[in-house]
Amino acid sequence: MAETIAAQQAAAQAPSEADIEALLDELNVSSESNLISVLQDVQARFGYLPAPALEEISRRTKIRLSRVYGVVSFYAQFYTEPHGRHMIRCCRGTACYVRGGQRVIDAVKAELGVEEEQTTQDMMFTLQTVACLGACALGPLMVVDSTYHGNMDPRKALRVLQMYQEDSG
Amino acid sequence: MQSEMTTDRIMADEVSLSIDDTEVTVPAGTTVFLAAERVGIDIPHLCYEPDLGLPPSSSCRLCLVEVEGARTLVPSCSYAASAGIVVRTDTDEIREIRRMVIELLLSNHPHDCLTCEKSGDCDLQKYAYELGVKAPEYAGELIPPQPVQDGPAISYDRTKCILCGRCVEVCHNVEVTGAIDFQERGFDTHIGLPPGLPRDQSGCTECGNCIDVCPTGALSFVGAEGKGRTWELGRVATICPYCGVGCTIVLNTRDNRVVKVTGQPGLGINHGWLCVKGRFGFDFINHEGRLTGPLIRRDGELVPASWDEALDFVAEHLTQIKQEFGPDSIAALASAKCTNEENYIMQKFMRAVIGTNNVDHCARLCHASTVAGLAQAFGSGAMTNSIEDLDQATTIFVIGSNTTECHPIIGAAIKRAAQRGVPLIVADPRTIELTEYAAVHLRQRHGTDVALVNGLMNVILSEGLEDEQFIAERTEGFAEFRASVEPYTPELAERITGVAAEDIIRAARLYAQAPAAAIIYSMGITQHTTGTDNVLSLANLALLTGNLGKRGAGVNPLRGQNNVQGACDMGGLPNVFPGYQKVDDDEARAKFEVVWGSSLPASSGLTVVEMINAAAKGAVKALYVMGENPMLSDPHQSHVEEALKKLGLLIVQDIFLTETAQLADVVLPATSFAEKEGTFTNTERRVQRVRKALEPPGEARGDWQIICELARRMGSEMSYSGAAAIQDEIAFLTPSYKGITYDRLEQGSLQWPCPDRDHPGTPILHVGRFTRGLGKFHAVEFIPAQELPDDDYPFALSTGRILQHFHTGTMSRRSEVLGALVSVGVIEINPQDAERLGIADGQPVRVSSRRGEIEINAVVTDRVTPGTLFLAFHYREAPANRLTIAALDPVAKIPEFKVCAVKIEPVW
Repeated sequence: MAETIAAQQAAAQAPSEADIEALLDELNVSSESNLISVLQDVQARFGYLPAPALEEISRRTKIRLSRVYGVVSFYAQFYTEPHGRHMIRCCRGTACYVRGGQRVIDAVKAELGVEEEQTTQDMMFTLQTVACLGACALGPLMVVDSTYHGNMDPRKALRVLQMYQEDSG
Repeated sequence: MQSEMTTDRIMADEVSLSIDDTEVTVPAGTTVFLAAERVGIDIPHLCYEPDLGLPPSSSCRLCLVEVEGARTLVPSCSYAASAGIVVRTDTDEIREIRRMVIELLLSNHPHDCLTCEKSGDCDLQKYAYELGVKAPEYAGELIPPQPVQDGPAISYDRTKCILCGRCVEVCHNVEVTGAIDFQERGFDTHIGLPPGLPRDQSGCTECGNCIDVCPTGALSFVGAEGKGRTWELGRVATICPYCGVGCTIVLNTRDNRVVKVTGQPGLGINHGWLCVKGRFGFDFINHEGRLTGPLIRRDGELVPASWDEALDFVAEHLTQIKQEFGPDSIAALASAKCTNEENYIMQKFMRAVIGTNNVDHCARLCHASTVAGLAQAFGSGAMTNSIEDLDQATTIFVIGSNTTECHPIIGAAIKRAAQRGVPLIVADPRTIELTEYAAVHLRQRHGTDVALVNGLMNVILSEGLEDEQFIAERTEGFAEFRASVEPYTPELAERITGVAAEDIIRAARLYAQAPAAAIIYSMGITQHTTGTDNVLSLANLALLTGNLGKRGAGVNPLRGQNNVQGACDMGGLPNVFPGYQKVDDDEARAKFEVVWGSSLPASSGLTVVEMINAAAKGAVKALYVMGENPMLSDPHQSHVEEALKKLGLLIVQDIFLTETAQLADVVLPATSFAEKEGTFTNTERRVQRVRKALEPPGEARGDWQIICELARRMGSEMSYSGAAAIQDEIAFLTPSYKGITYDRLEQGSLQWPCPDRDHPGTPILHVGRFTRGLGKFHAVEFIPAQELPDDDYPFALSTGRILQHFHTGTMSRRSEVLGALVSVGVIEINPQDAERLGIADGQPVRVSSRRGEIEINAVVTDRVTPGTLFLAFHYREAPANRLTIAALDPVAKIPEFKVCAVKIEPVW
């Protein structure tokens, strides 16, 4: 059931062929383009990299589709499935862990009803855990989109989530 | 030693170094790995394989060596040798590092060598043994076993993959398909197609070259599983029986069966690379449908007979027909599938024993116009340059050749050239794979090639891009030719061909301004009523720009069958003896009469289509068919069937009961290429040895042995100790084959002309002088195709081949893999036409011409232009030649397979 809803939402969200063409025209994608920049720009627009967009990028850049997917699947920053409007990245690195980072992660999971790398049914949040965010002094650390929320505990973390929910609501 | 290596004795671009205390001198830039190889030191390596001709990736770290004074150990596969360096390849430290590399690889590798297909042929196993690695040192997480088989042939077992990247390199830079690449990262890294894409939609051509280069058992051919491991297999290198490229293949056999076909890196003109047909199209050899004994028609049924019965039957009837109706009432089809020796014997039998020149073969249906046209223009009707020459071409012009499907190994070479930046001009009414790589795609209307090429030449002349010196010194007939192309301005050419004038101008400049431009063409040029004219036009184009007699240039017809060149060379044609010596040349005839001990007819015999017509009229009473299938290969099928049924005697000698054999009075079981010794001559005039790997099935016999036995029963002794002895007779009678012996062929192939025993063969024709003296220009006017679309039959149908199948399917459609890849035929129709006629993709349609109709499924695709259809001729259940027209080129007598008028309608 959950999957069906996610699939429906994904379908609703999937950009049309015309959207893709228009964006790639705008980005002037050609065999001279830098693949990673193009992928970043396309993901910035659509939130993820839809398969038809990758096929069209492959055609225009003359980079084989197998290689395009090779690059996409190599970098953690790229998504081939739609993800939530907000990306939550919780640190599971040593410094955060000793200060209770795992409890923060557990609380977020429980609150949102998702596991790592999963997206909430309402497509609001995607949860990721990462090895280090490079700001150990602020640990436990939770980054939402590009905003760093430091010194987290389960209660504070839930308040942060609530803030984003209210903003969107 | 050292004193002899004084610097002044070493060429300026050479360097001298020491490897394991041995001095070696190599050209500057040579890697340490290759330098070591020269002195017999084999440095362990996994990711690099020099025989593949691929650049090193230096990722496996197994070939590390010590260079005195260097900061660290260096990878020998990419480290360039420099003067005076001292290299050690086998120290204790190096061995320790190599052992660790192997241990790490084995820590995440199943230890199932007991049942692994690759055991005995596995580099990882070999190095583990050599380095004495027993149990893996580093226990850790294992990749769960998950072999993936996503097609009929290729299986990928990630657990055995060491991520060396050889398969990726081959796929991207040799086959130039790029279907696979590294996916994901870290521990999850694997080799894969784009996720979610089935193999048949990924661009993968299933060439299987990735299997051959895999150093472990990660990539394998599923069809060979459990059928024998490397030490149990016999290996025989021979020549592929499919197209005219002439690739060297290795038959891996066990218990008189072919288990698999492999390429051997570096071997043959294909350098070990194969295509899907060459690798997977071998099931026909051991097929249960092979003919194992003679058959004679009794009371309407073909029933088994002994060889004595069958041969006596044929000898008696041929003798009787010859006596009653004369020798010219008997005709034969030689075979582009059989060896040179067999074709030689067949034409000798017809000329010397029967006494007729009625011998022809399917070359008539593919390149008769090439043989006629190029002989008129240059004096020799064969490919002027070599396949390897494509590496030197600075522009390549492909016209009427779907090279990547019909001659895949040459197609890949063209793609590699394009990838290097060589401009490619493709002229083809259809969109083909090569058009993706083309600088210009000229999409001419069917049958307008002369107008197109005249248009190109008009531009070249009006812009002064012709090679004046070459024209003045090496050609004749220029003035008349020049006048003939004057009217063909790009604008006129555009009106006739439908190709934009500006594209014609661009293509003309690209071709004419290149220092060496190669023309590649095939049946899109030849299979027209204007086939000879088309060929002459291309000859004009090359003459005009001086693109002959030099590397990277030339006029290069790609021959369709494995030995169609050889069958022509051997005189399997009605007007010439072996080596194109004319039957009406008294001197030539006298020579053959002396050697063959028989008086020979002086007038040319009948061509393929003329034989069929004569049979229909009752003038030809007996037809002897060796390894051909005119029921499917010849135009206007119902007419062919009627003619064959009218014959008094139809003898079919083949390996299968083909559609033609089913009509025969006598069927003689022959041997396949895998069961005989002989030679094939490939498209570039290269004579190569075919070697026996298997015993023939049942009582099947070699073609030349059968014919010699027949001759004996007809009172003419034809007896040879073996194929080599036949070649000796060929060499004696054929100037261009004079220097070719089996002893020499064991050392390597030879390209004719090879006029004496010391001659190295001729890779490029017409260097300095044309075979006929001067190159001759011909004034050629555009003439439209014989049957154009009209109100009743509004579509132009073109026929051809596809990658996965071959000709009438006798061989390829018996292959499990090829059959699984493409099981049924389709007809291609443009989306505009499909919509107008209410034809959906995949829907059955009825296609009819004035001569017949077929039912087949439609594929809606813009590969074809509106108003045109494309259909391959491989399918007996939907034979293209039920539709085609038997209109002939007046000179070459080749039928117009490429254009006929049809209509198409959906079947509900």
